[in-house]
Amino acid sequence: MAGGSQRVYKQRIKSTQSLKKVFRAQELIAASRIGKARGRTAAAAPYERAITRAVSAVATHTATDHPLTTERTDTNRVAVLVIASDRGMAGSYSASIIREAERVVARLTAQGKEVSLYATGRRAISYFRYRERELAGEWSYGSDSPEAEVAGEIADTLLGAFLAPAAEGGVGELHVVYTQFVNMVSQKPRVVRMLPLEVVEGVAVPGENDALPLYDFEPSPEGVLDALLPRYVRSRIFSFMLEAAASELASRQRAMHTATDNAEDLIRTYTRLANQARQADITQEISEIVSGADALAAS
Amino acid sequence: MAELNVDLVAADRKVWSGAAREVSAPSADGQIGILAGHTPLLAVLRPGTIKVSTAPREVAVEVQVDGGFLSVDDDVVTIVVDSITEVSGRESTLA
Repeated sequence: MAGGSQRVYKQRIKSTQSLKKVFRAQELIAASRIGKARGRTAAAAPYERAITRAVSAVATHTATDHPLTTERTDTNRVAVLVIASDRGMAGSYSASIIREAERVVARLTAQGKEVSLYATGRRAISYFRYRERELAGEWSYGSDSPEAEVAGEIADTLLGAFLAPAAEGGVGELHVVYTQFVNMVSQKPRVVRMLPLEVVEGVAVPGENDALPLYDFEPSPEGVLDALLPRYVRSRIFSFMLEAAASELASRQRAMHTATDNAEDLIRTYTRLANQARQADITQEISEIVSGADALAAS
Repeated sequence: MAELNVDLVAADRKVWSGAAREVSAPSADGQIGILAGHTPLLAVLRPGTIKVSTAPREVAVEVQVDGGFLSVDDDVVTIVVDSITEVSGRESTLA
């Protein structure tokens, strides 16, 4: 009857409006946190730079083989660490990181490797749990503001697995899947082989005084390397987590912005429809009155 | 007199940075003091106290650390620490 469709449209407009408020709030929250996340990435940079420099200094001066830099041939088990988010509402962020992880797992399995999965972030954890895939380790820590302690814990677990004997589930490689923060509009999933370490990456800083000075090592080159490499892994994992957090927030902001726009479009459409319905009701009422009056006059 | 250029960094932030006269740190073999012109050094740190002085008897920053390492290279001192338990003195805050 008249008024029925109008009421339905009004209800839809109202619910879309309240959804729009939610999206808008999420967008603003993400936007305000991005700055902080990027600031933290920048704040962690000096540590990473210092460690990388030191590692390269040791590596160029000593020919020491360290367990963390040598390939393991006694096991075909490999570890994959997936760094995902705790919450959704971030567009395709979770989906694309999980897809990338699946691709890596498939590739490694095709190479005859046995993959043990480590996941951070509730989205990844619940994805693998739902499919009854065994997780060797999982952490949910508030993925949009990772702490150095959690990164240390994750790194220690993985280093432990890498150094463990093959019989006790030791792994021969560690791959990390995370989302690289290219810029505010582009974040892409990236896979890094973390262990065994290749100390080539970003080490030869070109342009600087080419010959590194002859260092004294205390207590010994091996001792320094022993202390440095785990720290290096820890700081790399921490920086991956920070970058993933910045990416998550950026995709959330973008997704929520789009959602707000869509909500506005919907509201506009429904308003048009509601107006049309009202006009139709009025026209109908008028024609009823007119035809009623005509009928009375004719009789 | 030549000065040291000191950076004291923790995993998630820069703790202190600036010019200093002397750095004292707990290396694996014992507490070491570093003045300008020190030979290049890479040392592992034990738990202990790091002191950075800008002038004789004027400690700019003093922190308790759990471990870390220290590198000296051409009067640039970089101290990397895992975690800081206690800080006294000026801590430079990063915006």
